[in-house]
Amino acid sequence: MSDQSLPSSDAEAATSKPPFSWDRFLRRALKPVVFLLCLWPLTWLLVQVAIAFKGGSSALGANPIEFMIRYLGDWALRFLLIALAVTPLRIVTGWNIVARLRRMLGLFAFFYVCVHVMTYVGVDHTFDWAAIWADIVKRTYITVGMAALLMLTPLAITSTDKMIRRLGGARWRKLHMLVYPAAIAGVIHYFLMIKAGFQLPLIHAVILTVLFGIRLYKKRT
Amino acid sequence: MLIRHKKASDVASHEITPESVYLNRRRFIQASGLAAGSIMMGAAPSEAAVLPAKGAKFADLKKGYSKLGKDDALTPFDGVTTYNNYYEFGTGKSDPAKTSGAFKPLPWKVKVDGLCAKPGTIDFDEFIKPHTIEERVYRMRCVEAWSMVIPWAGIPLAEIIKRFEPQSSAKYIQFETIVRPEEMPGQRSSYILPWPYIEGLRMDEAMNPLAILAVGLYDQPLLAQNGAPLRLVVPWKYGFKGVKSIVRISFTETEPKNTWRVMNADEYGFYANVNPKVDHPRWTQASERRLTGGFLEGRRATLMFNGYEEEVAHLYTGMDLAKFY
Repeated sequence: MSDQSLPSSDAEAATSKPPFSWDRFLRRALKPVVFLLCLWPLTWLLVQVAIAFKGGSSALGANPIEFMIRYLGDWALRFLLIALAVTPLRIVTGWNIVARLRRMLGLFAFFYVCVHVMTYVGVDHTFDWAAIWADIVKRTYITVGMAALLMLTPLAITSTDKMIRRLGGARWRKLHMLVYPAAIAGVIHYFLMIKAGFQLPLIHAVILTVLFGIRLYKKRT
Repeated sequence: MLIRHKKASDVASHEITPESVYLNRRRFIQASGLAAGSIMMGAAPSEAAVLPAKGAKFADLKKGYSKLGKDDALTPFDGVTTYNNYYEFGTGKSDPAKTSGAFKPLPWKVKVDGLCAKPGTIDFDEFIKPHTIEERVYRMRCVEAWSMVIPWAGIPLAEIIKRFEPQSSAKYIQFETIVRPEEMPGQRSSYILPWPYIEGLRMDEAMNPLAILAVGLYDQPLLAQNGAPLRLVVPWKYGFKGVKSIVRISFTETEPKNTWRVMNADEYGFYANVNPKVDHPRWTQASERRLTGGFLEGRRATLMFNGYEEEVAHLYTGMDLAKFY
């Protein structure tokens, strides 16, 4: 959250020391505020789990494990779309400041994907690897979901400044294009797990298409 | 995370309470319900309805068939009434409990038609009255790999069928759910399922003593989200066979085109017998999660015909159950 890596305009602002600048406030507060907001879905779930664990009436319902996995999956996909919305938002509004959130939002998407998968592996299947493997092989929606996880993992690993330098900008950008098929896989995973009534996955598909559309439009012009 | 794993050897609390004690408790509750019921009847000496008033309990419910294993604890009332697949009220599990407030289960009429000697459209009370409502405690296994244990109140389907005198050409029985988009929000969208919801049984399956038409659960009339006022319960089949809010029963010569099979024939068949050896493309059918109200319930092995093999296996001798799923 330090401002050391900021463009020189900040350094200038710091030396001139204006009494109060909304712009500076926004620059400083944006990341920590968004960070805390991103933790909110997990915090809410943990509170519900604690209530349920104590035998109270929680929002988890009669099938808490199913609820947790779906809730975490919903948020994983939402964060993936939110991370992918950063660049289109910048293109459309010109708010360059949001670019600073891109890495953090992407990592939160990966974080929620991981908790989602860990709940499936550890809580739903209690580490029964044979049953999990059978699921991955037999059930297309799980195959596709696991493929998305595999695509996102190298992106999380190479998200540090050090890795960007090591790979070099061009190669890093090329590798990180994996986020597009991963997001498509995420939406397909959602479509395939639903029995009937496809409004929700359809909404996600439409949002993803619009986000891709804005990028492509920008690239062409 | 706060996850406490139970060891297999741990004794679950429900295993500590002997069934006799539990049943006595139930009888006591029923007896108090009976007392309350008679007071109410004194206050309003209207026609004797077949169902108790809202909030009241069935008096002297006859104890019917109940064969449970030692690990079969009842799913709490809250679970049974808030976690439902009833797409007429929305596709979310908690939707039916939330969106069914406007649904009016009574007055109700059931139309019986097709290949039978005594077809007709019958008022609900008249439909139920000739029969004794009995309690049946059954496991219910959903195709989505979760299961419950539910104390139903219902009537053997065979008794009802006999009343209408089906012809020998009637090989199947078809059930139809009511269509009331104004009271059932899910039905306002035709993209969810084609309405009305259709289900069916082969006649010998329908005549099996395990098959019932339920009018209540937990000693109370059915709530809308559970299929009020009348639904099918066939415990050896996956839950989607249990068609809810039945308005029409038809005796047919041809196999009914049940809704889920029409939607996706690769995933749902006509028979839909619980079978751990025949996998569903989306869910393993080898194991299930029993919903007991506990926080983290482990998976357990799914039983052939949901544990009712002795009662129903003979219906399917010589049939390839992997083909007729």
